[in-house]
Amino acid sequence: MGGSVAALGMGLAVIGAGIGIGMIGSRAMEAIARQPEAVGDIRANMILTAALIEGAALIAIVMAFLVA
Amino acid sequence: MKKLLSIFLLIFSLAIVANTQQDNHAHDHQGEHHEGHDHSDHDGHDHGSHDHSHGDDHDHSHGAEHVAHHGPNACGMVTHSEEFDPGALAFHHISDQNVYNIGTLQLPLPCILYSKDAGVEFFSSGKFHADYHGTGTYAYNKYVLYEGMVRRIQGDFPSGLVEIGHDALGVIEETVYKEEDGKQVEDGTKDVVYLCHNGTKVACDNKSTLDGGLFGGGLTSFTDFSITKNVLSMIIMVLLMSWLFLSIAKKYKEREGMAPSGAQGLFETIIVFIQDEVAKPFIGHKWEKFLPLLLTIFFFILGLNLWGQIPFLGGSNVTGSLSVTMVLAIIVFLVTNLNGNKHYWEHVFWMPGVPAWVKTILTPVEVLGVFIKPLTLMLRLFANITAGHMVMVIFVSLIFVFSKNGTSYIGGYGTSIASGLLTMFMMAIELLVAFIQAFVFTILTASYIGAAVEEHHHAEEHH
Repeated sequence: MGGSVAALGMGLAVIGAGIGIGMIGSRAMEAIARQPEAVGDIRANMILTAALIEGAALIAIVMAFLVA
Repeated sequence: MKKLLSIFLLIFSLAIVANTQQDNHAHDHQGEHHEGHDHSDHDGHDHGSHDHSHGDDHDHSHGAEHVAHHGPNACGMVTHSEEFDPGALAFHHISDQNVYNIGTLQLPLPCILYSKDAGVEFFSSGKFHADYHGTGTYAYNKYVLYEGMVRRIQGDFPSGLVEIGHDALGVIEETVYKEEDGKQVEDGTKDVVYLCHNGTKVACDNKSTLDGGLFGGGLTSFTDFSITKNVLSMIIMVLLMSWLFLSIAKKYKEREGMAPSGAQGLFETIIVFIQDEVAKPFIGHKWEKFLPLLLTIFFFILGLNLWGQIPFLGGSNVTGSLSVTMVLAIIVFLVTNLNGNKHYWEHVFWMPGVPAWVKTILTPVEVLGVFIKPLTLMLRLFANITAGHMVMVIFVSLIFVFSKNGTSYIGGYGTSIASGLLTMFMMAIELLVAFIQAFVFTILTASYIGAAVEEHHHAEEHH
């Protein structure tokens, strides 16, 4: 079993991002289903929040990349 | 639609044909012994040009200008390894360089270097006579160019222009020792660039960086103030943006009372969007003072992100370099803290409305937060853009890995198609990421400034 622990850390960070962005997406879908005319606002806020969460995950990934 | 499809298929078939040409470096060397772990790869990868999927431009002439020497050189260093190293290639493509590769054309850039013993030196990087890799065949005033970056030769070496030839520079992985309990203890490895000259190995220093050795930097024997690829890209972007926005401003003056036209209309949409959705809601009634800053940050980051995504234009990874994002974060830090009013500082040091013991916990957290918020801005932008560039390089590298450096045709063809499609998809995502990251940086800046200039109007509610 090769590789380093840093790669494991990267994978864990992506799990967190996946869960977070998945939750954003699902709630956004529900909100659009409830109120289809607000789709523009909901989409913009969804993308913004996803970018923030992805930022945290990508910081972890790049740090892990630098370690190993 | 049909025309578009036919053009697309044509470009693809060209790409595939170009890919099959690379096996003139097929590896038939047996019994290679590696002195050290080498990063300099010589195989048919995209030489210096950051092209993503279509039209891998292999300069087929390089057999003539470069001796394809695959064995160890005179000092026993292996300068061009057999193995294809995608990690090193990715690092090479996301880091700054002293030469600008546009397609197959290599543009020499001015080098401004300061070292303690020789002072400031100003010369063109063309003096290094670099090959398409960015590795110089000449040393100048004890400086060499290896993989696009300037290094300084340590120890005694003749000044002026000295020919070092091909295969003179390579990387050797050295173990670093540190003092512990009075004896030397291994502390990991470091990649050091060595120059082989007249049979002797001379170590070469990297430039000084403020990253504390993260990318092999730290304070070394010289500092690099050159006009590198990133600096040139920023200068071009600033000139472009100035011209664009000054002409739009002129149009507003000329077309007083008339409907906006052309670029004026496009940018008015974006500017009004940032004014109404970002500045006014987040900053409050002082938004006019900070709107120019927000717009500058947004368009600067957007422009630089997009500049790095243009294929064949050198792939300059400007916003993906920690220095640029650090400066932007420092600007945001200064603006928020210099405009902080009494309530802002009160919230940081002595949060009102909570019990005293909570205050003592909150104060260090808030003080750290003052520094961590710009730090996250810096890291978020850096990580997103760098990750995007790296993914591009890795998808193209997949072609070389699966085709086993040109020996497997099935792997090569199949991966070219799959990787080409994947790369196109990733480029679309990267365009989206460019916009999103610029927008997120702007909106967070507005949020931090808003927190700093917020008036105290919730005295009656619970905090």
